[in-house]
Amino acid sequence: MARGIKDKVAILGMGCAKFGERWDKDADQLMVEAYEEAIADAGIETSQIDAAWLGAAFDAVNIGPSGIPLSVALRLNDIGVTKVENYCASGTESFRGAVYAVASGAADIALAMGVEKLKDTGYGGLPVRTRGTTHDMIGITGSAPGNFAQLAAAYRAQHGVSPDDLKQAMAHVSVKSHANGAKNPKAHLRNAITMEQAINAPTIAAPLGLFDCCGVSDGAACAIVTTPEIARSLGKTDIVTVKALQIASSNGWEAQGSGWNGSYFHTTRVAAAKAYDEAGITNPREQLSLMEVHDCFSITELVTMEDLFVSKEGEGWKDVLDGFFDADGQVPCQIDGGLKCFGHPIGASGLRMIYENYLQLLGRAGERQRAKQPVFALSHNLGGMPNSNVSSIAIVGLSDA
Amino acid sequence: MSDVGLHGFGAYVPITRLQRSAIHAANGWFAGGLKGLAKGEKAVGSWDEDPITMAVEAARDMLGEGERSVDSITLASTTHVFADRQNTGVVKEALNLDDTTGALDAGGSQRAGTSSLIAALDAAAAGKRTLHLAAERLVPNPASEREMLAGDAAAALLVGPGAGIARLIASHSVTADFVDHFRETGENADYDWEARWVRDEGFGKIAVPAIRDALAKAGIQGDKVNHFIAPIAVRGVPEMLAKQAGIPVEAIADTLGAAIGHAGAAQATLMLTATLEKARTGDILCLIGFGQGCDVLLFEATGAIGSAKPRLGVSGWLARRQASDNYMKYLFHRGLVPLEKGARAEFDSKTALTAMWRNRKAVMGLVGGRCTKTGTVQFPKTEISVNPNDHGVRTQEDYPLAEIPARVMTYTADVLAFSPEPPDCYGNIEFEGGGRMMAQFIDMPADALEVGKELRMMFRIKSMDEQRHFRRYFWKAAPAH
Repeated sequence: MARGIKDKVAILGMGCAKFGERWDKDADQLMVEAYEEAIADAGIETSQIDAAWLGAAFDAVNIGPSGIPLSVALRLNDIGVTKVENYCASGTESFRGAVYAVASGAADIALAMGVEKLKDTGYGGLPVRTRGTTHDMIGITGSAPGNFAQLAAAYRAQHGVSPDDLKQAMAHVSVKSHANGAKNPKAHLRNAITMEQAINAPTIAAPLGLFDCCGVSDGAACAIVTTPEIARSLGKTDIVTVKALQIASSNGWEAQGSGWNGSYFHTTRVAAAKAYDEAGITNPREQLSLMEVHDCFSITELVTMEDLFVSKEGEGWKDVLDGFFDADGQVPCQIDGGLKCFGHPIGASGLRMIYENYLQLLGRAGERQRAKQPVFALSHNLGGMPNSNVSSIAIVGLSDA
Repeated sequence: MSDVGLHGFGAYVPITRLQRSAIHAANGWFAGGLKGLAKGEKAVGSWDEDPITMAVEAARDMLGEGERSVDSITLASTTHVFADRQNTGVVKEALNLDDTTGALDAGGSQRAGTSSLIAALDAAAAGKRTLHLAAERLVPNPASEREMLAGDAAAALLVGPGAGIARLIASHSVTADFVDHFRETGENADYDWEARWVRDEGFGKIAVPAIRDALAKAGIQGDKVNHFIAPIAVRGVPEMLAKQAGIPVEAIADTLGAAIGHAGAAQATLMLTATLEKARTGDILCLIGFGQGCDVLLFEATGAIGSAKPRLGVSGWLARRQASDNYMKYLFHRGLVPLEKGARAEFDSKTALTAMWRNRKAVMGLVGGRCTKTGTVQFPKTEISVNPNDHGVRTQEDYPLAEIPARVMTYTADVLAFSPEPPDCYGNIEFEGGGRMMAQFIDMPADALEVGKELRMMFRIKSMDEQRHFRRYFWKAAPAH
C-alpha cells in the first residue's frame, strides 16, 4: 500500500452554512456564509490561502462551470482554484484536493469548499440530467430514490429478511435521524417523527416512503487545511488530523459484469478496507467513535453499516433495531441528523460530515455532543447509484490518537 | 402453378385490451350510436409501442432463434412513424440482420399489406427471400366508430422460393381510386364516407369481381376455398363477398374484430397468420386486401403446414392479455389528451445521431460483447473486458442478447420519476449465461415484480424527443410468460 495520508494534514478551520430551503441566498452567498466561519476558526487571512478546490455537482441550476465562482465569491488572491464533480462525493473530493496539496508540500494552506443550490430547480428531488449521450440511449432515467430503492429488494432476497422487518429497520434509521436533527440548529429538518409516520408515509419508490428519503437542501461547507506544524505555529493546541482518505470508483463490474448481487456497495467495501488500513484501525466496530454516512435513503445507511464492516453481513438491520447506531448507542451514526435531516446539498455534504466530526472531536457540538471523547470519526459519501458509484471515506481524529 | 410460398409466420398483439364498453361509457353521452359497437375488446399498444416496435416483435415471433438470413425486408403500414427515415431500416437494426439486407416501406392504403406481399412473392420467383411485415397503430378520433373498430397489431411472413408451408396458387390485383376513406399525411384520423355506399359500390363491385377473376385465373371453384380471409370490419360484408363469389360461408375466417379490432394494413397478414395456425394440408386459402382497389391471393397449404410454428402466434398473444377499462390512459398514450406531465418530464431527449450510429448494434440490436479469452459476457461491449480477473483488451466478439432469457436482480416501482405509465418500474437484470444491465420493466403490474422473475427482452420506444419529433428506441424487459 502507498504510504498514506495519516496525520500529515491538519484541519485548521471549518465552517458550514445553515442548510435548508435558502430562498434568500445564492450559491455564492452560501459559500461566504460557510467561509466566514471557517476563516475565523482558522485564524488566518484570505491572502494566506495557497490553493482551493470547489465541489459542486449540478452546473445547470447552480454556479456554472470552473473554479471561478469560488474565487469570485471569496475574492481569492488569483490562486489556483479547481472545480471537482464526483456525484455526491464532490464535497469529499474537494477536501481530497486540498489535503493532497498540503501533504505534497505544494501548498501550505489550502481550502476546500462544497456547495449546492438545489432549490432553484422548481421542484422537489434532484434535477433530471443527462449522463452522457451513449448512456442516455441505453440507461434508464429514473430517480435517485428509485435507484437506491433497488437495494432493498436485493437485500431481502440475499439475506432472507421479511419486508416488514426491513421496513421497521428502515423506519428506525429515519426516526433516529429526525431525533438527532431536531437538536441541530443548522439542520434543514428539525422535527421528530414516529415509527408509525415513517412506515405509513406515501411511497416515493417502492419500498421507500417519504421519510426514507433525505431532504433536498441548499447549503455550503468549507474546510481550511494545513500541516500539523503550521497549525501549531498558528496557535492551535487541539489538532484534528486526517487519518485516512480513500475514494473508490466503480469500474463497471457491478453494472456490466457478473458476481455482484445488488444488495451492497462494492466500492464502499474497497474504500473502507483501505481507509482502515491507512488509519491503523483493525476493528471498526470497536474503534470507531462515531460515523457520518451517506444516508441518502434509509436503506442506504442500513447496508452501509455492513459495507463499513461495523455490522456483520446480513445483520445490519438487527443492529439498527437494537439501537447500536442511535445517538446514545455504541457507535452513533448521523448524530447531526445526517443527509436525512441536516440536508443534502450534493456538493456540500461530504464537507458537512467532516465538519460534524471535527466539532465532535473538539467538543464543540453543543446539545448533541458525544460525552465520551471521540477518537476516530468516520465520514462516508456515495455518489451515483448502487450499480455504478463513487464511494469516499474520510477518517479524522485528534493528532495524538 | 408457381413454386413460391410462405415459409414461416408470426404475429404480435399488444397485451392491453381496452374494453369497448369503457369507450362507450366515456362517450355514450355524446355519441349514443356507439352502443351497438360496445362489445368485446380491442388491442391497444402502450405509449412506447408503434408500428416499428410491433413489427419487430412479430418478426421475432416468427424467426425465433433460428436462421435470420433474408434478402430483403418489407414493412407495410398506413401509420409509419417516419415520413423520411426508413421505418423498415429501424426494424432491420433491431432484428440484428445483416447490413446487406434490402429494405422497403410500403404504405398509402390498407391494401399495402397484401400488395407488398404480392411483391415479395414476385421476388421469390426470382429466388429472393423476403421478411414481410405489416403493423398498424391507428389514432382515430375519440368517440368515432373507427375508434371502436380499430386495433393495434402486427404480423410477419417469411416469403421465398419453394412451396414452404403454403404455396402461392395465384395472385390478382385491381387498382381503382375508390375513396371510401382517406387521411392526409400528418393527420391522425381518417375521414369516412357512408358505409352502405362502400359496401355496395366498393366491396360489391370491386372486390367481388376481383375474387372471381382470381379464382378463374387459378382454375379453382369458389366452393373449394377452405379459408376466406377478408380483413373487413363492416359487419356482414365478408358474408356478402363469400356468397357472391361462391365461397362457402363456413370458410369465412374470424376477422379478430371482437378480440383485437381491425389493424388497418396489417389486418390481412394478421388474419392470414391466424389461419395458418389451424390450416391443414391441402386447404385452399383466399386472402383479400381492399383499398383503392383489391388484391386477391390464393394459397394451398402444403404437407409442411404445421412444421413452421410461431413462438406464440395470434392465439398465444391473445392469451397474453391484460384487460383495461382505462380509456383516459389510452387517450393520453395516443397523444389525444395532453395531461400535465410535470417538471420532471422536461428532460431534453435530444439524441446524438453520431453516437446512435456508432452504437447502433448495442442500442438497436442489444448486441453485447463476449470475451473470446474468458467467455465473460457483458453489455455493452467495451474495449477492455469487465472480467475483474482478466481485463482483456479488445478480446470481445459481438454477442446478441435480445433472445437470451433474463431474470430480475433488483427492482423498484418509482413514483417520483416521470413515466407516461407510472409507476416507473426498473431494475438490474441478469442474462442467462452472464451479462447484465439496468432495464425498464414493461407489460406487468408493479406488484408482479420479484427477484428472480423470468424475463424476455422487447424492443420499445425509450423516449420521445418532443422538441425535434424524434423517438429513441431501446430494449425493455417483459415477463417471460
